[in-house]
Amino acid sequence: MTYISNTAADRAEMLAAIGVQEFADLLGSIPQAIRLDRELAIPPALDEHSLVRRLQSLAAQNSDLEANLSFLGAGIYDHFRPAVVAALQSRGEFLTAYTPYQPEVSQGMLQAIYEYQTLICGLTGMDLSNASMYDAATGLAEAALMATHLTERDEIICSRAVHPHYRHVIETYAKWTGYRVVEAPLSEQTTDMAALRSLVGARTACVITQHPNFFGCLEEIGPITEAAHAAGALSIASVDPISLGLLKPPGDYGVDIAVGEGQSLGSPMGFGGPLLGFFACGMRFLRGFPGRIVGATVDQQGRRGYTMTLRTREQDIRREKATSNICTNQALIALAATIYLCELGKDGMRRTADLCLQKAHYAREQLSAVRGVTVEAGSRFFKEFVIRVSVDPERLNRRLLEQRIVGGLPLGGYYPEISDGLLICVTETKSREDIDRFVAATAAAIEALS
Amino acid sequence: MSTKTPTVKMEPLIFEKSRAGRTGANLPACDVPAADAASLLGAENLRDSLPLPEVSELDVVRHFTHLCERNYSIDGGMYPLGSCTMKYNPKVNEKAAAIPGFASLHPLQPVETVQGALALIFELQTMLSEICGMRETTLQPSAGAHGELLAMMMVKSYHADRGEAHRNIVVIPDAAHGTNPASAARCNFKVKGVPSNSRGRTDLDALDRALDGNVAAFMLTNPNTVGLFESDIVEICERVHKAGALVYCDGANMNAMLGITRPGDMGFDVMHFNLHKTFSTPHGGGGPGCGAVSVQECLAPYLPSPTVVRTGEGDAARYAFHSDRPRSIGRIHSFYGAFLLAVRAYTYIRSNGAAGLRQIGENALLNANYVRARLAGHYDVAYGNETCMHEVVLSAQRQKQEHGVRALDISKRLMDYGFHPPTNYFPLIVPEALMIEPTETESKQTIDEFIEAMIAIADECESDPELVRGAPYTTVVSRLDETMAVKKLDLRFEPALREASGAST
Repeated sequence: MTYISNTAADRAEMLAAIGVQEFADLLGSIPQAIRLDRELAIPPALDEHSLVRRLQSLAAQNSDLEANLSFLGAGIYDHFRPAVVAALQSRGEFLTAYTPYQPEVSQGMLQAIYEYQTLICGLTGMDLSNASMYDAATGLAEAALMATHLTERDEIICSRAVHPHYRHVIETYAKWTGYRVVEAPLSEQTTDMAALRSLVGARTACVITQHPNFFGCLEEIGPITEAAHAAGALSIASVDPISLGLLKPPGDYGVDIAVGEGQSLGSPMGFGGPLLGFFACGMRFLRGFPGRIVGATVDQQGRRGYTMTLRTREQDIRREKATSNICTNQALIALAATIYLCELGKDGMRRTADLCLQKAHYAREQLSAVRGVTVEAGSRFFKEFVIRVSVDPERLNRRLLEQRIVGGLPLGGYYPEISDGLLICVTETKSREDIDRFVAATAAAIEALS
Repeated sequence: MSTKTPTVKMEPLIFEKSRAGRTGANLPACDVPAADAASLLGAENLRDSLPLPEVSELDVVRHFTHLCERNYSIDGGMYPLGSCTMKYNPKVNEKAAAIPGFASLHPLQPVETVQGALALIFELQTMLSEICGMRETTLQPSAGAHGELLAMMMVKSYHADRGEAHRNIVVIPDAAHGTNPASAARCNFKVKGVPSNSRGRTDLDALDRALDGNVAAFMLTNPNTVGLFESDIVEICERVHKAGALVYCDGANMNAMLGITRPGDMGFDVMHFNLHKTFSTPHGGGGPGCGAVSVQECLAPYLPSPTVVRTGEGDAARYAFHSDRPRSIGRIHSFYGAFLLAVRAYTYIRSNGAAGLRQIGENALLNANYVRARLAGHYDVAYGNETCMHEVVLSAQRQKQEHGVRALDISKRLMDYGFHPPTNYFPLIVPEALMIEPTETESKQTIDEFIEAMIAIADECESDPELVRGAPYTTVVSRLDETMAVKKLDLRFEPALREASGAST
């Protein structure tokens, strides 16, 4: 009877008030043949204490990244999470509320979302932010579909330097909705501009890039956007919100839709979910963009208040003619991002971005001095970079793991042409001592494996 | 009831509290040799201004504490929102999700370092498959609507593989959630509606007329959105299958069936669960959700990649991701779905066990029927006051016609009595609908208080309809001007963005 409040006496009184003899009398509309005549075959119930022990023993079979030193990035990042974020986000008044369809009793979440939209506009330099989407990958897919509808074209060009999982999701969405995805190739570790220019044409609905891209490198977002616009296509960019503490925002380049993964903004890595897809676009897309949005208005006494608005785009009203089938946002994760961005503020976001930048550059410089490691000079990068190693990257990582170090991401599975490559991520959570330990362990492992 | 003005102060926007030079987070100093950002990134790639607030940590704490006080929640009171299953969200779920061995895992860690996480995913998928009577389950979809979209992709792929790619119609009852037609349309299906019959259920004759060789699937919510069990469900599934199409179950109302009956046994081919409804993961003010999808054998090859597979048993069991699945529809999430919600749902199912799940189903039905029985004399019950499942749909048609008070007014008035309103104006086929789902976690005493509030409001509709039409009076704001919100769009706080750009020049 876990979490059920009715006592046996309550139940008897209620059955009497309903006017039936026993509970089974309430099941009359369910044909006998499909009533379950046994208990569900699931493991037995556990009391709370035993259950927590069971969960802790499952968790202990994992090597979490609080107990290990990690240089993994590739879309999910180990950034500093100030204690206030979880403390405020976990307030039951936020945690256990529903979608704010009834604004008079949901002003807290509505105001927080309005602030979130303002913060995302500020961070990205875009006009308009929705209340958030599932994750960056589906945000990009929704952006691509939006572009096909607006341009009435059927081709989506996506750079090979976009996260491979995001590309896979875009391809999945496009395949089942009848659009084609064309890959723009790489030149070294950035999008090949000449090839991109030759691909963009009269069928192109949009060009999708990532900045910094999957390899951590800055892309030429300005020229890419110009090339897209010259062909009448939209420019869609996936951006790292932490990098925007320093980098010029997508809005300044004329990008039409900026999307990104917001997990970095105060949320745990959580084995990849739940995540936060932020989605921002130009004001001219006001009627065609997907997702919820909150607006400010006044109440009957003229007091400022907030409410969900532009609802006539949404599925509960427009049904099959809606701009998207999405009817949720990631409110609680967006709330964490809001709290995080306020807590860090202007100075903290600049400093966090700069710490990532400095530490990543220090790490790359130290690694480049290791025998058996090569780095590609030239490209400008933010907090991730590729190293190429003279030994099998997987074997190198297994060696590092023995020293409780989770190394970078082996790239061969995603990019056969970079099968000796590892994508290394260094955030502000890594001290110089951590980096030095990683570099020394890498040197020792390569030597041992050579 | 009092009509006094609210005592809670307006909370300014965080931007209005900003003061130049103020800062919150306590960040580390740089401990590596630092170079100029412009030299590393190129001056032309750097931004001029960064329009973010400048506030102290205490400002942040006070601000968001004040905001949360302006929010209704399950923790604060009963939330009888039909179709949303606003049950108590156990605190132990939150404790489980915060364990570092779950929360601090990177999705691309070596698979041997995440065996516990994969075991949990595998066990949860297995339990969900058993609960709904289907073959396999994926946790990738991020919401119910995302699960519907996935299902539509799988249905399309299934027919294409059978040489029936021409099947381009999805049949959906008029009472369905709006996401159903929107998800089908997103997958380029044409939507054909079928009306409900006089008993609030699928009209079999109309269904027969809709079924032809071009139909790919029939999407049905069961129990349906009127809170009634589709008692012809076995016949419905047979007729759809006979037409060569598949049957989708919108599992938003699965709470009503836990341990009592299973969609797989009824003949459904595919369904979604809402872990944030049935399995108590918190709604969080509108998300994140998890729309786990279960399928029968015929659709299993099409599930999104990667799947989690197990080799060996007991202590020798090992788990891995499986991506080499040529018939899979592809990938629909950046990684594997909302893992930390899977941890919560797992915790919830394990704390209940089979008998506990059955009790959930039973008490959900009992509570809803108790509300129905006690309010039937005061409001019209849709479709003739028949025994309902987990929710009851009332109609305020009588109040509207006799006293000019609408379902919306009654909803707003409930706020003054301390309750969240029911879902209103849904399903669309019931005029002035008030859809009430008490859930199993509310006690008889709390439900009695709610019923008494509803009766008092029904009386007010007669004695003082103006009072009801002007509600709410006790909330932090009164009714908002939604027309102005659309006409004079204000979607971001302009001064915060203007000041920043001004400062940079």
